[in-house]
Amino acid sequence: MGGGKMDVSTKVSSGRMTPTKIALYVLLGLVLVISPIIFEGMGMLFMTRIMALVGLYVMLALGLNIVVGFAGLLDLGYIAFYAIGAYSGVIIGTVSLKYFPAALQPYSYFMMIPIAAAFAALAGLALGTPVLRLRGDYLAIVTLGFGEIVRIIINNNALGITNGAAGLPRAGEFLPKPAGLEWLQNHAYFTLPDIGNNGFNFAFSSNLYWYYIIVILCLITIFVVQRLNDSRLGRSWVAMREDEVAASSMGVSIHGAKLWAFALGAVWGGIAGVTFANFQQFVSPESFTFMESVFVVCSVVIGGMGSIPGAIVGALLIQGTPEFIRGFAASGIIPGLSGEQVSAISNYRNLVFGLVMVLMMIWRPQGILPSKRRAAELNADEDILEEENETLYDVQHDTGRFGDSADQ
Amino acid sequence: MSVQIIIEQFVNGITLGGMYALIALGYTLVYGILLMINFAHSELVMIGAYVGLGVLTLLTNQAFIEKTTAATPAMGWLVPAREFFVGTPLGIVTLFAIVFLTSMISVGLLGVLIERLAYRPLRHAPRLAPLISAVGVSIFLQNAVLLWVDSKQIPFPSVLGTSKAFTFMGVSVSTLKVVIVVTAIVLMVALDLYVGRTRMGKAMRATSQDREAAGLMGIDINLAIMLAFFIGPALGAVAGVFYGMYYGSIVFNMGFLPGMKAFTAAVIGGIGNLRGAMLGGFVLGIVESLAAGFLSTGYKDVIAFMILILVLIFRPGGLLGESVVEKV
Repeated sequence: MGGGKMDVSTKVSSGRMTPTKIALYVLLGLVLVISPIIFEGMGMLFMTRIMALVGLYVMLALGLNIVVGFAGLLDLGYIAFYAIGAYSGVIIGTVSLKYFPAALQPYSYFMMIPIAAAFAALAGLALGTPVLRLRGDYLAIVTLGFGEIVRIIINNNALGITNGAAGLPRAGEFLPKPAGLEWLQNHAYFTLPDIGNNGFNFAFSSNLYWYYIIVILCLITIFVVQRLNDSRLGRSWVAMREDEVAASSMGVSIHGAKLWAFALGAVWGGIAGVTFANFQQFVSPESFTFMESVFVVCSVVIGGMGSIPGAIVGALLIQGTPEFIRGFAASGIIPGLSGEQVSAISNYRNLVFGLVMVLMMIWRPQGILPSKRRAAELNADEDILEEENETLYDVQHDTGRFGDSADQ
Repeated sequence: MSVQIIIEQFVNGITLGGMYALIALGYTLVYGILLMINFAHSELVMIGAYVGLGVLTLLTNQAFIEKTTAATPAMGWLVPAREFFVGTPLGIVTLFAIVFLTSMISVGLLGVLIERLAYRPLRHAPRLAPLISAVGVSIFLQNAVLLWVDSKQIPFPSVLGTSKAFTFMGVSVSTLKVVIVVTAIVLMVALDLYVGRTRMGKAMRATSQDREAAGLMGIDINLAIMLAFFIGPALGAVAGVFYGMYYGSIVFNMGFLPGMKAFTAAVIGGIGNLRGAMLGGFVLGIVESLAAGFLSTGYKDVIAFMILILVLIFRPGGLLGESVVEKV
């Protein structure tokens, strides 16, 4: 990088807030808050459910983006952390229900969040420690093996606590309603009979509750991941990703950076997992197959490795599109789309994704919404040179605009 | 566990090991030359099994032949051909040759095509790029077979039936197992000779040692790489057909587990090392079969992953990784 760019502009991601940007964020926020209410009122309850699910995938993509995008460690077993979060949350949650007073039951989910996060982080360290010395492609295979081992162990009802392929909670057990849901269901409803054919009948559903929880979790994830990217640790990840030897000779602790990447990436998988389990009221090992890991990797790669908006867009495209198509078809809103056609669409999805992964690597390895630094790394040298010249020019003439010329 | 069971598991282990070794050679050949894990290799094994099944069905399936000859009389030659292939010993040998050669050549060409389209443009890209591309190819091939052939398990005819080759210490060994092990060993010896003794083999070894220097010495690097991408998948296709015969059915995602295990075998032997992959295949096959006898079968598939992780951590170079310099 030319000139003093690296010294002055240590803050990589955020630009300055312009009025247009603020307006855009406010609009986006309104859409996020109001659109599910409209869907619910119009009787399209499935939309809220799908939006909540897609929100979970966004969290997963953001979490994996730490490992794959920031630190450059290809993790093909990320879904294992999702599984560990879901199972540890549900198992400890259902056990603790027996010992805590009933008054605490509604808070069980919220208490499970840090526990699931801690378990996932521990699993991340457990995976990270032995593979510290491994190179990229070996690492990918080991993480794949780790993911499969976790799934097989759960599927085999290890220690008698995972209930095997039948899933959790067992018959007779349950996951309690989270705090506030009951009250909202009883108090938050209204009807506008003049709108549409059947009127606008809104009643607060549990899907809506979980949707808002997931949106809040996503916002927290985005905030934390952004701060991580701008932190000292984030810079050491970039340095490690670009050149491990050079980074370590500059004083970056490679082992530390890798372990932090695995642990901090796993945390979001774990939180998403326990939320998924409570939202679905059920977990079973078939939600955590290798293909699920691949879809999360796809989201990150197609969105743009190392880019936070990229991970979000990738998750929306890869996980959202087929879910919405399926939801619309199942609801009969699109006439003439039979169940067979829907399953064909979801099968062709995988075919197309495979193709897109290859084409993306060849033509646009930086992804749809790339992070600038990552793009420079993946593209040919002349691109980097061009960028350097531009930056040098900027440096000499307008030292105040680094934030804008930098990432995103 | 009686001695008999141990011997039986040992025989199974050698049979499995032969198949793992054949697949492992594909990983190790490509890794040796391009330093990349051909993630799509397991799918090529699967496609090899499907091609083999297709040829077998065309030549020997009574119902299929009756339907075909009724529809197109020009295909009438299938009826006497079937009698020859199924009825006579020479016929069975010819049948095997036809099935395996078709499968090997078509899958080998597919391997070359994949290299040309999905890997060659990424040869100078960062190492993550070809790996992600390979994952993409793998997903694509798996779903192509799922959509265009069948998503269900398809029974694979046991051409050799349940015929017994010989009995050893009270354990009877089927002809199929003998055929698998003998074929695997013959192919491995042939490959070893080819890479070790021929001019083209030397070119492949040179390319794997230093691609640029080999190019400067006038070696056609692309040809050497294409050869690796032909031979590896062709050997994998043989393993795929055997896999179908051995387990009696094939399915679109059948390649994943043997692929992972064969990769483990390649790593055990020292990835990039041909003899290491052969040794690793047999070691893994035997260890897995014996362990399956001790542990519950539910955990059978975890063993390979555990071994893989342990080997990578404690001896990342593999068993033969450092002692043998030659690598392709």
